[in-house]
Amino acid sequence: MEKRLFNPGHTACAGCGQSLAARLVIEAAGANTMVANNTGCLEVFSTKYPESSWGVPWVHSLFENSAAVASGIEAALRYLGQKDAINVICQAGDGGSADIGLQALSGMWERNHDILSICYDNEAYMNTGIQRSGLTPFDSNTTTSPVGRQSCGNIRPKKPMPDIAMAHGIPYVATASVAFPQDIQRKVKKALSIRGAKYMQIHVPCPLGWRYEPSLTYQVAKLAIETGLYPLVEYENGQLVAVRKIQPKPVEEYLKVQARFKHLLNNPEELKKIQAIADANIRKYGLAA
Amino acid sequence: MKKFLEGSLAVAEVVRLCKPGVISAYPITPQTHIVEELAQMVADAKLNCQFVNVESEHSAASVVLGASAAGVRSYTATSSQGLFYMAEVLFNIAGMRLPVVLTCANRAISAPINIWNDQQDSVSLRDCGWVQLFAEDIQEAVDLHAIAYRLAEDHSVMLPVMVCMDGFILTHGIETIDIPILEQVDKFLPAYNPLYKLDINNPITMGPLVDADSYTETRYAIQKTQEDLLKIIPKVTAEFSKIFGRTYHGLIEEYCTKDAERVIVAMGSVCGTAKDVVDELRAKGKKVGLLKIMAYRPFPAQAIYEALKDIPKVAVLDRALSLGSYAPLASEIKAAFFGKKKKPQVVSSFVVGLGGRDITKDSIKEVFKLLTAKELSLEFIDLKPELLKEEYR
Repeated sequence: MEKRLFNPGHTACAGCGQSLAARLVIEAAGANTMVANNTGCLEVFSTKYPESSWGVPWVHSLFENSAAVASGIEAALRYLGQKDAINVICQAGDGGSADIGLQALSGMWERNHDILSICYDNEAYMNTGIQRSGLTPFDSNTTTSPVGRQSCGNIRPKKPMPDIAMAHGIPYVATASVAFPQDIQRKVKKALSIRGAKYMQIHVPCPLGWRYEPSLTYQVAKLAIETGLYPLVEYENGQLVAVRKIQPKPVEEYLKVQARFKHLLNNPEELKKIQAIADANIRKYGLAA
Repeated sequence: MKKFLEGSLAVAEVVRLCKPGVISAYPITPQTHIVEELAQMVADAKLNCQFVNVESEHSAASVVLGASAAGVRSYTATSSQGLFYMAEVLFNIAGMRLPVVLTCANRAISAPINIWNDQQDSVSLRDCGWVQLFAEDIQEAVDLHAIAYRLAEDHSVMLPVMVCMDGFILTHGIETIDIPILEQVDKFLPAYNPLYKLDINNPITMGPLVDADSYTETRYAIQKTQEDLLKIIPKVTAEFSKIFGRTYHGLIEEYCTKDAERVIVAMGSVCGTAKDVVDELRAKGKKVGLLKIMAYRPFPAQAIYEALKDIPKVAVLDRALSLGSYAPLASEIKAAFFGKKKKPQVVSSFVVGLGGRDITKDSIKEVFKLLTAKELSLEFIDLKPELLKEEYR
């Protein structure tokens, strides 16, 4: 059998954006890579003992500590004089990155370990049943930000993780999306060519949590970018070096294909607020072609 | 080599001789002097090591977990709240069978916040799978660190080891210490040869999801190794004795117990005070003794049974509580005699020295005085009843 770095046969849901992104990341990183993984969907669907999808050295410890575990691996490789030959990646979901794992991540960034940190952003705690996280978008309907008589869903916009990463002065920060697989791989390779701490946040649609047909993962991911709701940006040494230009579509185009936003479609007031978030992104990053 | 040294500095020196490749720690009193000294050694190029300053104890434990998984000898130290903040990771390190060594400078637990010594921190983590060895004095604390690495990295063990030393009393106390020399440590402790590790030439998955079909067996395996350690620890301490000239049983120490009528059981630095009291009372013809518990995990129930089965009256000193139940050490000592024909007539339980309250020779004498035919359960020594009467409005 062909030797792969991330093998099929795992138990991810049909249409899972994260499994696709995880494969693209590790294939771009290559066999000389060690991975520390937080608890979450990816760890659960890829390592059910006695099987594992991983063809690279891979370790999972806890929900919030992969950045610290990776720091230990990186320090060990430094001690052994092997750091230059081996990439270290820590990866987590949005909750594991932006909420419970943010402290460890911030510590790793601040120490500027030679580690690529990856956040697979599916915008809620999917592994535990679609609870809201710090990266759940405004007005999204989740099991802990439910829509009700006095609720339009999640009350806050996404935590600005790329900005938070940038504030640590780390040399590389980028967002990416499974809508653009080659872009993910280019960014991973670019990141790994730079010494120091790197952060990539990859938008990975979740058919189960976002409630759309599993065959539509690519289209949904693409619409997030085309509406300006998920800007694809790239920073090197604090400078914005690239953005993916778009011809902005109205946010309804993105919202209407997902049942997590179904309650907004007859609510022009709320739609205006979400359009304002997209417009702000478009202005901030100069997204309009 | 004899040196007049603070306990923390002596421990740092022996850790240096054990050559960890990665150290990670977070400041907490009374542990800090140990890692400050190690940081200075790294800064002075006296120790070739990656010293990782982290943002929390949770990450300190996670860093040494990662470094150990990558096949490098690792070290951390903490106390009290720091140990509790690490707790989740400590269970993980044991479950992943990684041979990390940690110094716990034993300290009370908040609330109320209190930086002084008792043993509530490590005792509360007795179930996490780590070996726990308690030091009576600074010399023992030093020696136990070399023993800890040797035990942890033994391929038939592969479990983490916590060396427990009473905060301030041992970490900040100053004694003349026989510091091992490098040749001795090298002879006793071979270079770390990982049984498994993250390796790009042989990629393995560590820390996978394990469901009901296999989980029980992973826990059973740790339990069996802990039981095996009851035989392995005395073998390793015997080897230690040959090289270093200091003898430890490793599990327990019997002091004047052979013909004793009354014996105190205790862990840690209080054993030193108790030995002085035993000496004084023996000089007056009283048949008293001390049983020191060195290994709290694995718990040496059989050795304790053998040591105490013919002793009429036994007093167990706890420097920790299991609030709402019996004192932790006392309940396990009693369990060692359950269903046995031979047993002490009385096993009385005493709580002493919480939150740094001094355990004086008078405190120990009081325990002997109260150790009568009437069995006492959870008798607090040196309690101040007047404080309990205060009213809060």
